[in-house]
Amino acid sequence: MFTDFYYILRKKGVPVTVTEWLSFIEALYKGFFQSSLNHLYYIGRAFLVKSEAYYDMFDEAFNEYFGGIKTDPSELEKVLNWLENPLHRLPKLTPEEAQEFHRRLEELKKEYNIEELMKKFRERLMEQKERHDGGSKWIGTGGTSPFGAYGYHPGGIRVGGESWMQSASKVAGERRFRNYRNDIILDVRQTKMALKKLRELKREGLEEELDLDGTIDKTAKQGGEIDLVFNKSRENSVRLILLMDTGGSMLPYTELCERLFSAASQMEHFKEFRYYFFHNCIYQDVFEDMANYKRVPTEKLFSNFHKGYKVVIVGDARMAYSELFDVNGCIDYFYSNDKPGLEWLLKIKEHFPHSVWLNPTHRSFWGHYTVDTISKIFPMFELTLDGLKDAVKALVSKPKMPSFHN
Amino acid sequence: MDYNVNSYKGSDDYIASKPLMEIVNVAVALGKPLVIKGEPGTGKTLLAHSIAKALGKKLIIWNIKSTTKAKDGLYVYDTVQRLNDARFKDKDISDIRQYIKLGKLGQAFASPEQVVLLIDEIDKADIEFPNDLLNELDEMSFHIPELDEEIRAKHRPIVIITSNSEKELPDAFLRRCIFHYIEFPDEEMMERIVKVHYPDIETKLIREAIKKFYWIREVDGLRKKPSTSELLDWIKALALGGINPEKITTEIPFLGTLLKNELDTGRFVRLSSAQGGFGFRRR
Repeated sequence: MFTDFYYILRKKGVPVTVTEWLSFIEALYKGFFQSSLNHLYYIGRAFLVKSEAYYDMFDEAFNEYFGGIKTDPSELEKVLNWLENPLHRLPKLTPEEAQEFHRRLEELKKEYNIEELMKKFRERLMEQKERHDGGSKWIGTGGTSPFGAYGYHPGGIRVGGESWMQSASKVAGERRFRNYRNDIILDVRQTKMALKKLRELKREGLEEELDLDGTIDKTAKQGGEIDLVFNKSRENSVRLILLMDTGGSMLPYTELCERLFSAASQMEHFKEFRYYFFHNCIYQDVFEDMANYKRVPTEKLFSNFHKGYKVVIVGDARMAYSELFDVNGCIDYFYSNDKPGLEWLLKIKEHFPHSVWLNPTHRSFWGHYTVDTISKIFPMFELTLDGLKDAVKALVSKPKMPSFHN
Repeated sequence: MDYNVNSYKGSDDYIASKPLMEIVNVAVALGKPLVIKGEPGTGKTLLAHSIAKALGKKLIIWNIKSTTKAKDGLYVYDTVQRLNDARFKDKDISDIRQYIKLGKLGQAFASPEQVVLLIDEIDKADIEFPNDLLNELDEMSFHIPELDEEIRAKHRPIVIITSNSEKELPDAFLRRCIFHYIEFPDEEMMERIVKVHYPDIETKLIREAIKKFYWIREVDGLRKKPSTSELLDWIKALALGGINPEKITTEIPFLGTLLKNELDTGRFVRLSSAQGGFGFRRR
């Protein structure tokens, strides 16, 4: 039942796992959805989607799968009018009736599936011409037909009815959660969260954790006179260097890079955080300021910072062929380089094995020759939330050295 | 259906949206932890209080701090006390039990009746914290090696977990939970919420204040958007100050209760003087 919906969810990018799907199905069979699309939407979402970032994709998937329920607006309105005031509220069920009802529920579950229901619902909408209450076929109130409001029919479709804030398909159709998607925006907070994963815990700093074994040892040696021994608590020991491209082609991504930068600098999460700028490609100097005035020799990075530093380079990696491969290829007229940029990049990778390249352009634009070459030196990731997460993963795992030498 | 008999329908001091109520009921019926996320001030913590009140159950609150460890919630073995007692002969130190103190989660499991357990602001703790609780929340039991004893929940507690998305929660953890994101309430809902808190304040004042409140929230680039709790404070201040509802339409008294960031206040004052008190651009 609904298995297609699972695949649509996956296709839309909602990371639903089988475990979650099974508990969803379990809830379905236990009758928690009360045969209403609204329940299915809200409760289903609670089971299947575990971050507001995926709400929008869920909405899309829901629309695709259940969107067919939208009937002709004029027809639907008529139906809703009929259903608004049920002639009678259903009486309370006696235990026997409830049992009978449950038995029937099981039967019906076997008998019907939702696709069929939807089809029949639409057919009946077309057929039906007048208000209907009670009975078991037409859309109405208080009956046992699968369609209508206030009625008892497991696995049926509710039309209007209770005062939900909004109907499910309408909510899904509005796609109110579009702004929460994480493949679109990457705000400072999210960036911080992704960067927080970048850590290596080491015992450093103040001694504040009780070392039990040490305490017992020492106490015993002193003949029972208690002597407390403390350990240093574990702290993040990651040192990070951020190298950012300020070239003209990066202009459209300024804001994105700023967010990454402010997240990294605001965090106080790293043992040390340094940042430098470069223009299109890295040569013998990097710069302390964005306008590229204050030079720092690239060699100095190698002498000042040891291998353990993690390096994140941000740039589109798109440049003229000569900028990467030629002596004096630098785009700036007054700047000459006696080694091609490629050599410097290889040197950086060699000295800082834990280094990655974040590219703000979409993966589909990476076909360019220089991008391709650079991505063979540095593992390259998109500057999106998911890309950033992967980059962080790559930074903390064992580095792969470039597989080619030119 | 039988789960409806004792279901949660909001309490008189808390307005829950219909979907949220249903989700709470499903979580209670299936015994799954419910993770609640949302903007600050959308009533995540209050939800647990409301559930406890509405269902007539005891509420156990476990406030998470950055230093909280998962084991703290289960039990604490006070070794230093025991070591200290060992020096004097007045206590029987071979009874470890007296040095084991149950944490909040442990208390919830050990309780003779079903309780509501609120794990508040779980994202404040270390990133790995939720993972350390996986098994305990799944099985609703844990083992105390010192006693070689199993603490097993007599009644699965109703577990409500709140998160401000300061850190993302691990997938393995979320897979076992039910998740709901509380949206910021719309104006209509907000009016109901305010009325629950201040039934005596006149409707006109509330409406005008809410209108203004949403306009302020729309202002671009605020570092911290005012939330429900700030609105409630503001309305209270307005009512206590005897402010005429007409006055709110042209100026904002007690702005400090709504905007708490100096930069925001500065930005807002500049904007509103440029645009005029009504929020329309001057012609």
